Amino acid sequence: MRLAGFFALAAGVIALPVLFPNNYFVIVVGIAAGLHVILAVGLNLLMGYAGQISLGHAAFFGIGAYASAILTTRYAWPALLALAAGLVVAGVIAWLLARPILRLRGHYLAMATLGFGVIAHVIMVQATHWTGGPDGLTGIPPLNFLGWSVNNDLHGYGVVAAAMLLAIWLSLNIVDSRVGRALRALRGSEFAAQMLGIDTSRAKTQVFVASALFAAFAGSLFAHQQGFVSPDSFNLTVSVELVTMVVLGGLASTYGAACGAIALTLLHQGLVVFEDYEMLIHGALLMAVMIFLPQGLFVGLSQAARWAWRTARGMTP
Amino acid sequence: MPSDEPLLEIAGLSSHYGPVCAIRAVDLTLHTGELVALVGGNGAGKTTLLHTLSGLHPASSGRIRFAGQDITRWPSHRIVAAGICQVPEGRQVFAPLSVADNLRLGAYRQRRDQPWVHQQLDRVYALFPILHERREQLAGTLSGGQQQMLAIGRALLSRPRLLLLDEPSMGLAPLLVEEIFRVIQQLNAQGVTLLLVEQNARAALAIAQRGAILETGCIVKTAPATDLLADDAVRRAYLGY
Repeated sequence: MRLAGFFALAAGVIALPVLFPNNYFVIVVGIAAGLHVILAVGLNLLMGYAGQISLGHAAFFGIGAYASAILTTRYAWPALLALAAGLVVAGVIAWLLARPILRLRGHYLAMATLGFGVIAHVIMVQATHWTGGPDGLTGIPPLNFLGWSVNNDLHGYGVVAAAMLLAIWLSLNIVDSRVGRALRALRGSEFAAQMLGIDTSRAKTQVFVASALFAAFAGSLFAHQQGFVSPDSFNLTVSVELVTMVVLGGLASTYGAACGAIALTLLHQGLVVFEDYEMLIHGALLMAVMIFLPQGLFVGLSQAARWAWRTARGMTP
Repeated sequence: MPSDEPLLEIAGLSSHYGPVCAIRAVDLTLHTGELVALVGGNGAGKTTLLHTLSGLHPASSGRIRFAGQDITRWPSHRIVAAGICQVPEGRQVFAPLSVADNLRLGAYRQRRDQPWVHQQLDRVYALFPILHERREQLAGTLSGGQQQMLAIGRALLSRPRLLLLDEPSMGLAPLLVEEIFRVIQQLNAQGVTLLLVEQNARAALAIAQRGAILETGCIVKTAPATDLLADDAVRRAYLGY
């Protein structure tokens, strides 16, 4: 079941550019969706499995993006090295933040991560010398693998798609590991987890860092793909959108998070035609999903499908 | 059979919730192989004592020695690694995880000794055949009695030298209570040292070798279980006859 889902997704990813050749729109939306999937899958490790909220996840997305942007444009680092540096920086910041921040629970944790997100955004806007301020940084070179430059959208799509599949595969394996079980236990009852000898603050730190690494990875890809970054891509709204993707898709399911990310990306694109009413419809749809499919799109719909399948089988003996 | 070497020595242990004193200068010693029942009314501090032993609640003063080491200020994961495991009140199984995953989590600190884990898993399944039957089922779908078995089985996988049981009979049908107590007795016969906290004082004292009575945070009496069962004051206060 686990691998079947993975291969189905991989097939879909490959089929998309084949079914819509030279379709600029499909490729660009595909890239956006792919990046969102990496972000949502990473955030789901923290929110869905470990049960810890983060309202500042766009900050790690931004740290990855700005690390790539600054190191390549100002210091002429190779893109891949800049990406690796972005991961290191985000990982270290997450590790330093984790101990004090993850002692908090519920609303307090939400407030603290929100504060972190706002601070990171303020730095992006104010540290003009480094970040270019509100205008951002331009001229970021594309990724380059041993001379193969990712300089067109189809290549970009390929790289993001591969990265997305890697992220999903990693997430599936983390969840199924010893640490993954510890995280799920933590979400159920932190007290009971401690009674079994699980070092809960360590487990939470590990998942917070992992989650930040997923986000920074997506950030670097985003920067190299777009060629420019500005603070607007990493503000509070983005953090909230990421939380929405995870909840919408279904907490504690890797495919659910991926589903939510894709659905929300498509929704934004689809609603553009409604112009002024976009946000209104957007909000109404989210409310409807939460009311009628409280477990999220993925879990809710797959349960409905299973039920329909059983009913259909029962009717034709 | 109980030996003379003390496994657990609690000396002058106190613990507070803010300014409120929950346990006061508790002294208690457990020997290897013993089954000691800790009885007392609601709010006497039984659970707090267990949590303090497990490192889940800080001690404000006093000392806890376990197998020759001072573990008073150790974090909970080190205490479990040293061999004290608590079976929590109200079972606290991980409902969205399978029975097998719950048990595997019990062996969280035993990953370096997989052969032992597999052997112990077989022992737990032999002790509770229903868990083997339902190993792929989600723990949340088990009945209360089965969840209690799972909680005990999970704790056994942590390789405990001392098992702390917090109200294992709570909320169970009388027939299941009997079953759980039978298993506790069986574990003790196999050499597991147990500290059993119970409101069901009669059942607990019936299988324990010694009993301790906790009243408003203080141990007021420690004696062989048979003596406590025969004591008039104890009978009136805790056994209801």
